[in-house]
Formats: sequence, structure tokens, C-alpha cells
Amino acid sequence: MRFKDPQIEMSHGAGGKASRRLVEGLFAPLLLSGSSDRLADAANVEIGGATVAFTADSFVVRPLRFPGGSIGELAVNGTVNDLAVSGAKAHSMVVTFVLEEGLASSVLEAEVCAMSAALKRAGITMVGGDTKVVERGKADGMYITTAGLGSPIPGVHIDARTVRAGDKVLLSGPIGDHGITILLARAELDLEADLCSDTRSVLPMIEAMAAQAAPGIRWMRDPTRGGLATCLNELARDCGLSVELNEEEIPMRDQVRGACELLGLDPLHIANEGQFVAIVSPEFADIALNTVQLNDGGEEARIIGQIRAEPAGAVVVNTRYGGARIVDMLVGDPLPRIC
Amino acid sequence: MRYIDEFRDPELIARASEEIDRLSDRSRHYRIMEVCGGHTHAIYRFGLKDILPENIELIHGPGCPVCVLPMGRIDDGLAIAREPNRIFTAFGDMMRVPGATGSPLEHKARGTDVRIVYSPADALEIAKRNPDKEVMFFAIGFETTAPSTALTLMSAKKQGIQNFSVFCNHVTIVPAIRAILDSPDMRLDGFIGPGHVSTVIGCRPYEWIARNEGKPVVTSGFEPLDLLQSIVMLLRQLQAGEAKVENQYKRVVPWEGNCAALKVMAEVFELRPYFEWRGLGFISQSALRIRDTYAPWDAERRYSVPETRVADPKSAQCGEVLKGVLKPAQCKLFGEECTPEHPIGALMVSSEGSCAAFYNYEHRKSLVTTISAVA
Repeated sequence: MRFKDPQIEMSHGAGGKASRRLVEGLFAPLLLSGSSDRLADAANVEIGGATVAFTADSFVVRPLRFPGGSIGELAVNGTVNDLAVSGAKAHSMVVTFVLEEGLASSVLEAEVCAMSAALKRAGITMVGGDTKVVERGKADGMYITTAGLGSPIPGVHIDARTVRAGDKVLLSGPIGDHGITILLARAELDLEADLCSDTRSVLPMIEAMAAQAAPGIRWMRDPTRGGLATCLNELARDCGLSVELNEEEIPMRDQVRGACELLGLDPLHIANEGQFVAIVSPEFADIALNTVQLNDGGEEARIIGQIRAEPAGAVVVNTRYGGARIVDMLVGDPLPRIC
Repeated sequence: MRYIDEFRDPELIARASEEIDRLSDRSRHYRIMEVCGGHTHAIYRFGLKDILPENIELIHGPGCPVCVLPMGRIDDGLAIAREPNRIFTAFGDMMRVPGATGSPLEHKARGTDVRIVYSPADALEIAKRNPDKEVMFFAIGFETTAPSTALTLMSAKKQGIQNFSVFCNHVTIVPAIRAILDSPDMRLDGFIGPGHVSTVIGCRPYEWIARNEGKPVVTSGFEPLDLLQSIVMLLRQLQAGEAKVENQYKRVVPWEGNCAALKVMAEVFELRPYFEWRGLGFISQSALRIRDTYAPWDAERRYSVPETRVADPKSAQCGEVLKGVLKPAQCKLFGEECTPEHPIGALMVSSEGSCAAFYNYEHRKSLVTTISAVA
């Protein structure tokens, strides 16, 4: 369907339905090569007989630093994670900075240091970049874009079309930490909570899981903007099956639950920066789960649901009381409610 | 989590639902209206319909402030805010609600300074921090939110803050319930009474419903167990042939209401002779306006208001859905032309609107059930 929205609004960048309309209605038909590949977090490209995974991601976040991380760290981890959930190990990266006139050099240096540390942790090299400066007031301090190349993790083949009814939904840890941390760090809501962003590279968890369960891994995604609900709705649509979640199995910190209750937000729509969700065939589900749980950041991993044939294309959450509800993609930005 | 998990305990919920099963008369069809949009949202979110017997039908009431606001009021508010050096502030609930000229978020994309606030006091703070701008708070809500608007106006007056005003759309719940009961095509057995509104007005204002109309009312909380317990209380009354007002939400709602909140409301607001409700039409003495003593902070007096009147699209049946005469899915536009992404009626915008709640949590599930029933 052609993109017909009259103007760009914030919702087009929020990762939900509007973002999808923009990508599928404008970018993909005019920019992407003819292949009808599903839109994944990274693309696989053949160069001289070798397959490399290729991705890019831009980072705009306010405030630049927040409990548990900062924009520089996000910019490295985000691209590493996009590659990892596409079944690739990040190899090298390039970066571009868009800096706002008047930005304190110490702020920039702190972010460059944060990037350097994240690169070291992930074991990858930065091989180039570019810098632009815009007038004061034209950017929120700084924007960072990273692009990454990666090599396939042996044995892992990610394709929504291989997902089957009966497959398990594995989630690496508690949801909502990043999105709620950012919301509170903006200090517009006069709420405080002891909470940190979950920004981290999920590559070690995925590599470990692949070493034990590669043939069983059918699909993966990192539930960033739009949250778990949005990426699972994309999966449901792409595979033509239903994703069934069991509400009580979905790990979540009390601070996130409390903030969501208070603000009328659905934690399933809140962004994460250090989690992944994988669809694993039933025979590999236990070993995949056990392996993830043994890794840093994966201690609270759980099987949170399963794939069913019906209702096709939908995500259904079983509540703890024997009821069920449909969870749709995020529409627009998550906005706090009052009443 | 305290005060939440206790009211979501699966075992207690199972017991409450057994009790409902036991109390309900199989030969009878119960129509119970939950007045409050928050209740509608909770009913869908927790999947409560799935655990109620089929002969208990929940009808969604008019208690969603965003849904009952006529479209023209949004256009009026945004027309004022479009002028240079003005800042439009409102709760997040309002941001996607379409006026004829677009929603606040669409106006923001076109250049109007639109900001989300969590409290009217935050809007006043914005005014203090931007002395060279005029800040308007677009106030919505029933008696739940009216006291905080009143307090903010009192504080603006006391501090002598000149660059702040309120565009007041506050409405009152009781006239809306009366309008529903006066509707000839309506047959109800009882009410799940408003929760948050009652924290302010108490339970007394509903006594006429029991006395004159013979319908039981149970003021209810918003957790699954609250709602189920309220249904149990209603069924007990119906079984005993009684009609009285009961308070299930005692942990929050005092029978007499919140005197301090009522006092500040009376200080700042007076009743409008009449006000238009979306879907319900003009209802007399159903809304609040700012008193003369606060005139300098009343956006309707401070600025020229275009007084836009926008008729709802003829094909949209928001009024019937709002009154509970139609179910969301029975509206001709539901799910096709009118969706949460492209809402035509306000009931599709707010997550408390019965159409959005039904669409988000139930719609596709029910499609599947219908299909399999046909098959």
C-alpha cells in the first residue's frame, strides 16, 4: 500500500504501525532491491561468494545520559544487537555524528568513551566515520548513526516462514526497563524509581544459545521501539500464525509494572535495549532456555508462550484469570493517560 | 506489588466468578452498565468477559471524558493555540483525538507548540518558565480531574501568573447517567458506579438512581477482583429485589466524597446552563465553567473562540454506542473506516473508549470465534 500520510509525525519514528506504513509504503518499494524479503533488522548480502550481514541504526535520545547507559553505548549495542538477532556476529562498524553547535566537548568526549568501551566489550572495531555540525537548536545535542557488518553465526537461519505451530517463544529477560527509565529520566512526570536501562549487547547470549540450539532457532528480534507486542505482531503477520503469550510468565520488574499502572501504559509496548525474543522449535526450547539463563543478562529468561495456528496474524495474551486479550502493535507513541 | 496483586489473585478471582455463576438466574438476561471508561478498559484488558456467564452483559457507559467531548471544542482549543507565542498543553489522552482540523499531535507536526502534561500544575510550571509565551491548559475530565484544575487556577491567581489560562471542558457525571436513563431504548438492570469520580463526589449523588429508578448502583474499583465483587453485590441486590447504592471501593471512596476537593471546585467553577456532549447532545447543567472571579485565567473569555460546531459523520453511530444501545462492532464504520489509527469517532481514540477497547482487546478474537462458529 502506498504511503499516503500527509506529513511526518512522531509516530512514524515510534516503531509501531505508522513506522511500518512508512517503510512498507515508501522506502521499501522505491529503495529496496526487488526481492520480497521480509523486512528484518539486518540484510544478508553476498559479496564474492561470502555472505555478510549489513545493518544501520540511528540514535536520537533525550536525555543523552540516563541511568544504566547513554546514547554512545546505545549506538554500539543497538547495531550489534540488530546483527545478532539476524543471526550474525558483528565484525566492524562505521559511525556518523550529527552534532549541535554549542555542544560541550566534555559531553561529546564522554559519549565517545562510552562507545569505545562498548566496542571493546563486543570485540569489534570501528573502521571509519563522518561528522556534521548543525546550528544551535537544530538537533538535540547529538545524533549518532552506526552501520555494522557481521558474519553469519554458524548454523543459524532466521526466517519467519519457518515458524511452526507448537514452537516456543523465548524471552531473554524483564521487559520495559529501557523505555520506562528514559521516560522517568526526562523528569517531566515527577516520578522516580530505582531503575536502569537494560542496554547491553545480546550477542554473547545469542552465540551461546546458537552453540547449543542453532537448528531450533527459527526467528529472533530485539524488542526495541514498539516493544514486545509490536515485534511479535510483525512475526504473527509474517508467518501467518498466532503468537500466544502467558501473561504471568512475562518477566517484569515491579518498578516497570508500577510505572505502567500509574501512567496507563502497556508494558508490552515499552522499548527494550538489551533483550531479545526468539522462536525456538519445541525440542530445542529447554536447552536454548538453559543456555541463555547461564549468561550475563539472561538469568531471568523465560519461555513466555507458544505459536498457535489460530487466530492467524494476531498476538493473544492469556491473562492469569482464564481470560484472554488481543495485543496489537503500538499505535503512535506511548502516551500517559490520566483517568 | 501491594494494592495490585491482592486484587488480581487468581484464586480469589476464581471464587468470585463461581459466586457470580451461583447468584445469576439462568433464565434471566442481566444488562449491567459500567459507567466509567476506566472500567471498560479494565474489563477488556483483564479479559473479564471471558469469565462471566453469558447471560451477564456489560454495557459500556459514557464515562470517558475524551469520548464525550464534541469535536468542535478541540478545534476551538487548537485555533487559540495556533497563534504565535502560545503553548497548548493537555493530558496525553487528548493528543490523538481528532478535531475537524486534525488532532493536537497533527497540529504539533504543523508547528503549534503542543506539550503533554501529567497534571495542570505542570502546565502552570511551563507558564512560569516561559514568561514571554501564553500557556493554555486544555482541561478535560469529570469530577476526577476538575479539582486539580481548580487548585491550579487558585495557585495561578495567588501567584499572579498572567500568562496562563484554562480552556475548560470539565463535565459532571450525574447528568450523563440521567440522560442514559431517560433514553427510551435503554433497559438496564443496574450500574457499576464510577470509581475515581466517586473519590471526589462520594456515593450520595447516585441515591436517586436507586430510589427513583429502582436500579442498584455499586461504586467499584478498577482491579479484576473489584469489578467481579461489584457484580456479585449487584446480583445479590437483584436477587433480593433491592435497589440501593453500595460502595465496593471503600479503600478509596469515602461515602461523603472529598470535602476539600468539592470546596476548591465550588470556589473556581460554576455549572454551565447547558453543554454539548458528543453522542448525547445538549445536556443542561452538565458541565463546569470558570467563575467570574477567575475570568482573567479563562481562555474562553481571554481569547476569541471560533465556537466551531462539527457534526459527526452521519454514518458514525458514536451516540448509540455511547448510550449502550449498540455494541462497538455493530457500528457501520467499526474496524473498517474507523480504527485506532484512523479514528473517526472519539470512542476509538481513547484507550478507555469502548470502541478502542473492544478493537484492541477483543475484535479479532471475536472474528475468529464467529468464523469458527459458522464453520
